[in-house]
Amino acid sequence: MSMPTSPNAPRLIIIGNGMVGHHLVEQLIACGAPRDYAITVFGEERHIAYDRVHLSEYFSGRDADSLALASADDYAAHGIDLRLHDTVTAIDRNANEVVTECDRHPYDRLVLATGSYPFVPPIPGNDREKCLVYRTLDDLDAIREAAEDATTGVVVGGGLLGLEAANALRGLNLDTAVVEFAPRLMPMQVDAEGGALLREKIEALGVQVLTDRATQHIEAGETSFHRMVFQDDKMLETDLIVFSAGIRPRDQLARDCALEIGERGGVVIDDRCLTSDPAILAVGEVALWNQSIFGLVAPGYQMAKVAAATLTEGNATFTGADMSTKLKLLGVDVGAIGDAHGDRTPGARTFRYLDEIKQEYRKLVVSSDGKKLLGAMLVGDNATYDTLMQYYANGLALPEDPASLILPSSEGAPTLGPDALPDTATLCSCHNVTKGDVCATLDAGALDLASVKSETRASTGCGGCAALLKSVVDHELAARGVEVDQSICEHFAHTRQELYSLVRVEGIKTFSELIEKHGTTAGHGLGSSSAPKLGSSSAPRLGCDICKPAVASILAACFNEPITDAAHVPLQDTNDTFMANMQKNGTYSVVPRIPGGEITPEKLIVLGEVGKKYGLYTKITGGQRVDLFGAQLHQLPDIWGELIVAGFETGHAYGKATRTVKSCVGSTWCRYGVQDSVGMAIRLEERYKGLRSPHKLKFAVSGCTRECAEAQSKDVGVIATEHGWNLYVCGNGGMRPRHAELFATDLDDAQLIRIIDRFLMFYIRTADRLQRTSVWRENLEGGLDYLKDVVLDDSLGLADELEAQMQHVIDTYECEWANTLSNPEKLKRFRTFVNDSRPDPDIIATEERGQLRPA
Amino acid sequence: MNTATALKSEVTWQTLCSKADLVAHSGVAAWLDGTDTQVALLYLPGRTPEAYAVDNHDPFSNANVIARGIVGDIKGEPVIASPLYKQHFRLSDGVCVEDESVRLHTWEIKIDGDDVMIRA
Repeated sequence: MSMPTSPNAPRLIIIGNGMVGHHLVEQLIACGAPRDYAITVFGEERHIAYDRVHLSEYFSGRDADSLALASADDYAAHGIDLRLHDTVTAIDRNANEVVTECDRHPYDRLVLATGSYPFVPPIPGNDREKCLVYRTLDDLDAIREAAEDATTGVVVGGGLLGLEAANALRGLNLDTAVVEFAPRLMPMQVDAEGGALLREKIEALGVQVLTDRATQHIEAGETSFHRMVFQDDKMLETDLIVFSAGIRPRDQLARDCALEIGERGGVVIDDRCLTSDPAILAVGEVALWNQSIFGLVAPGYQMAKVAAATLTEGNATFTGADMSTKLKLLGVDVGAIGDAHGDRTPGARTFRYLDEIKQEYRKLVVSSDGKKLLGAMLVGDNATYDTLMQYYANGLALPEDPASLILPSSEGAPTLGPDALPDTATLCSCHNVTKGDVCATLDAGALDLASVKSETRASTGCGGCAALLKSVVDHELAARGVEVDQSICEHFAHTRQELYSLVRVEGIKTFSELIEKHGTTAGHGLGSSSAPKLGSSSAPRLGCDICKPAVASILAACFNEPITDAAHVPLQDTNDTFMANMQKNGTYSVVPRIPGGEITPEKLIVLGEVGKKYGLYTKITGGQRVDLFGAQLHQLPDIWGELIVAGFETGHAYGKATRTVKSCVGSTWCRYGVQDSVGMAIRLEERYKGLRSPHKLKFAVSGCTRECAEAQSKDVGVIATEHGWNLYVCGNGGMRPRHAELFATDLDDAQLIRIIDRFLMFYIRTADRLQRTSVWRENLEGGLDYLKDVVLDDSLGLADELEAQMQHVIDTYECEWANTLSNPEKLKRFRTFVNDSRPDPDIIATEERGQLRPA
Repeated sequence: MNTATALKSEVTWQTLCSKADLVAHSGVAAWLDGTDTQVALLYLPGRTPEAYAVDNHDPFSNANVIARGIVGDIKGEPVIASPLYKQHFRLSDGVCVEDESVRLHTWEIKIDGDDVMIRA
């Protein structure tokens, strides 16, 4: 499906496939460059571009695939020639060729996106075995290997990357120490007071912190593999050393071909990302702009955007980048905005707030007149970061008393309303999305947060701007007169969540009671003359195809009475009414439950026999079951009679309910399996079968990290580890795939089930109607952290209630088909015609590939 | 009933099924005696009128499924939603709310004791 590129198109080569190099490719695709250029990308690593920002998660459950930013197919689809594991060794500027180990490739334009390499201090002994760096996936593999017979590890470097590396070592269960040359941790971002607090918090996590330490040499240890000797002859023994003491631009290719290089390294670029050779551009951490190297991903992305414009005759310039950062290192919030130290602006004044009990430190740097925010520093709590960042980035006038921005107050800190932000305000710095961009998307017709996110990609990087983005979207929708009316339909001025609470709190057990007590009245604003009028009172409302199934689902989740009971049956969609899936010709398909996808040959034969007897089309589903198509309404009880005798139960394929728990064979058969994934899948499916929810629920359990059950595309995904189970939540396949997020690690069986109980019930309680967990999660204010707080840490004090509700559903489970077959009154419903036993003559089938299908 | 000889002008009340065949707040399908016409019967106890009869044939999907839709109201006006593509049809005159050029046939219907009578 490659786009047509002219055979004579100029050749564009990009050296480097890191985050910035990949972003450049994305930007080029966005401006249609693959039509104008024959593009070749060289990547030295084996892996396609991956998320280095979240690299330490490689040791807490994520694998290379889940960190990948794209697939080779994505490149191929746009006709881009991606050459991984292919190192460029030289640039021949005279011949306009790049040289690899075994080939030469001509170029017309060339982009250097080679990034940086970790600086290893020139300490004697730094070349010993088990002295490693932390930069690439291969580095992490090497660290993991070296950690196998290690119990202790040291990170040299207490900056941002050093603390990330320390987190990674902790993830490998090593006793970890950080050695920093400067007097405090993160000297670039925090001052002495902030550094002291940060140190205290990190030591409380069991990480040893040594500051003011210069390593003199490294030698063989007595009790451990290494001994590090410091300037004062003090020593530290450790099995493993990781250097993370800063980065240096990888500018060797540029040096060798005599491009202009900065005094301390870096390829000099101008505002359009052009190097001293106008045929060659540079972006990211290899590029030196205005004497500065930018070691963060956001400025690199901005350069990539500028470079794409330069290459496509667009008009964009790089004007420097803000180095403000909001981080969570080892679980500790650290934020630095602008001139955080207050040493870049003469006359700057500061406000400082330190709480040694809660361990929070906040500092404001303001102009001498107290009107503008020049910088800020946060340790321990980043809650005020977004607001402060907006004051800083947009030069907004500070409130009368700037200290109010960082002081704890009973009403909570004043937050900046979204209307106070100018259109130029950057909301998402990862993808450089402004308030103006968001407004343009809304003007173009986007009506909710999820579509704004997918259109602009805002809040899909680090996610730090999620709350701000939501408030802007809500505010702007309201300003556009888009009534953000959350009412479920015209019959209830309530959201689904509110209806759920009303049902629970008031113990309302039927739709008629709910609509009587809480429904809107007919007649208001109603001009239709045909509306029936009953005396002076308005007609009783009937509800509709929106609220009836939604309320049916709520009632089922709360009380779990059979949906086929007389009070509930008129509420159901036809699929639930007849407990089968209506197909396009009005026939139904039947899907018996096959827990975990495990089925005996005997039962498989029964399915075959039933399919054959009733002339049903049979197909294997994606959820490891068998779907039998083409049954007429009146045939369903007979079919189910045979299935139930054979030991099958209903599969709820028709319901907004638990569908399947897919599994791989796991440790029972597979040489790689580390846990019994089939056993767990069956246990989960038996537990949650029949659970009705705002939308369907899909699960999977994989027996090892190879993930053959594709658990990370499910609402609830479970992946076996050596020590138990990792839980992933809120994934989705389908129209808008979403990778599930790692929620909890190394759980035992009981923990896993308790967490899933709470998670599911919290979703059922708070989601909108027909909202899958993935969309629910994306609209959830506070995001994954909030969800973890509620489910894992019980921040709302709901856990017992959620677990009890789930237990009620489990205790009251009954196969709906078995219930129906034992009730002649219910069976009356399964007549194609109430006054004749003829089948529907309009249903005509034809044969295809040996089976029947609708004609 | 006699079949092929029935004239179009010959409109009479005929018994279709029993009241017990109806499902409250929902629909069932029945054959119009002696024809190849299927009727969807919707029963709304407590309202006036308390029953409606419309085509069971869904003109959008071409499947005979209207009786299996959800009965509701739009601003008080009773409607049924097709179970396949969810268009709404007014029970009073069969007109499709989303596309007024499409209309289901409707019949007069009454419940007489245990009998459901249709005028056809």
